Amino acid sequence: MAARRGLPMCLLMSFEDVHPSAAAPVAATAQSPSRRGFVAGLWASIPVYMAVIPFGVIFGTIAVEAGFSLAETMAYTIIVTAGASQLAALSVLEEGGPVLVAILTGAVVNLRMAMYSAALAVHWQGAAMLWRVPAAFFLHDQAFAVSMARYARKDEPLADRLGFYFGVGVSTTSVWILATLAGALIGSGLPDSWGLEFAVPACFLAITAPLIRGTANVAAAATSALLAVLLAGLPHGFGLIAAAAAGIAVGMAVAGRIEARSP
Amino acid sequence: MTTVEIWTLIIGLGAVTYLIRFSFLGLLAGRDVPAGLRRALGFVPVTVLPALTLPMVLYEDGVLTADPARLTAALAGLLVGIATRHMIAALATAMGVFLALRAFGF
Repeated sequence: MAARRGLPMCLLMSFEDVHPSAAAPVAATAQSPSRRGFVAGLWASIPVYMAVIPFGVIFGTIAVEAGFSLAETMAYTIIVTAGASQLAALSVLEEGGPVLVAILTGAVVNLRMAMYSAALAVHWQGAAMLWRVPAAFFLHDQAFAVSMARYARKDEPLADRLGFYFGVGVSTTSVWILATLAGALIGSGLPDSWGLEFAVPACFLAITAPLIRGTANVAAAATSALLAVLLAGLPHGFGLIAAAAAGIAVGMAVAGRIEARSP
Repeated sequence: MTTVEIWTLIIGLGAVTYLIRFSFLGLLAGRDVPAGLRRALGFVPVTVLPALTLPMVLYEDGVLTADPARLTAALAGLLVGIATRHMIAALATAMGVFLALRAFGF
């Protein structure tokens, strides 16, 4: 159970204003997700399919092209359920990099989920560990974004908040898995003229571009991208980590500068 | 790429990813996230993803080609993504421009 001391401080938008009911005393009985919340989550997740389906299909075809069997592709997508990291780790392995570096690369791509985890925890004070354990499995970009938008808009009881999250998570994850399956079945049947060799960078670009907002982000992204090219000669994965670390340092420095200038 | 490597990746990345997701929901429930760490994590998506992407655009099969069709398509997708904030608009633009340029022999 979440201890009441020290609410995790929150990130992005205005998550600091902790949910009012999160401050209520923890009920003696553990809170479970409500059916009402779950159904609302299922409905709210439907627009997100637009983003999940094409990406899942592309991932499925690319994994099969790279030499994964159907079973391996599906196990990968079901167990990891994080598209960008799956692609990143796959490309390390495909280029002949060691498997540990592939795992490390995927893990670095997924570090942002620690931030999601902290942000959600604020809204889930009093939720039982029984539900936190499966909830973590669904914590991808879409489930996080849709749930946080709901929590910011509506003041619902914890049971509905949990139900909503599970509704979004179950729905988007199922669609992701089915889309991957469709892609894997189409597999290497796609002709070269479909430009599949450009699909991976195009996907990454499409995920990243909408996130880049403001001078600090632009500086961080540009530093990291240029350094990654310059360091491409380093052993697999090390260039990525060094470039990202430098980008984060530059981003934080620029953000600090901007804050200092505008009181 | 051997079968053992593939399954090590699946299980290894699956376990690490789950632990990252479970971090503040479970393992560290109720702990404060240090302010510095919070700010650094905020920059992870906008640094890690571009660092993966640009080399992929510039290199083909491990060779630096800086192909004009790939560069133009990537730039178009980037600008549309930043302007519209829509992932699918950015993806459709990048792929559309790339396929159009290829169709015209670039």
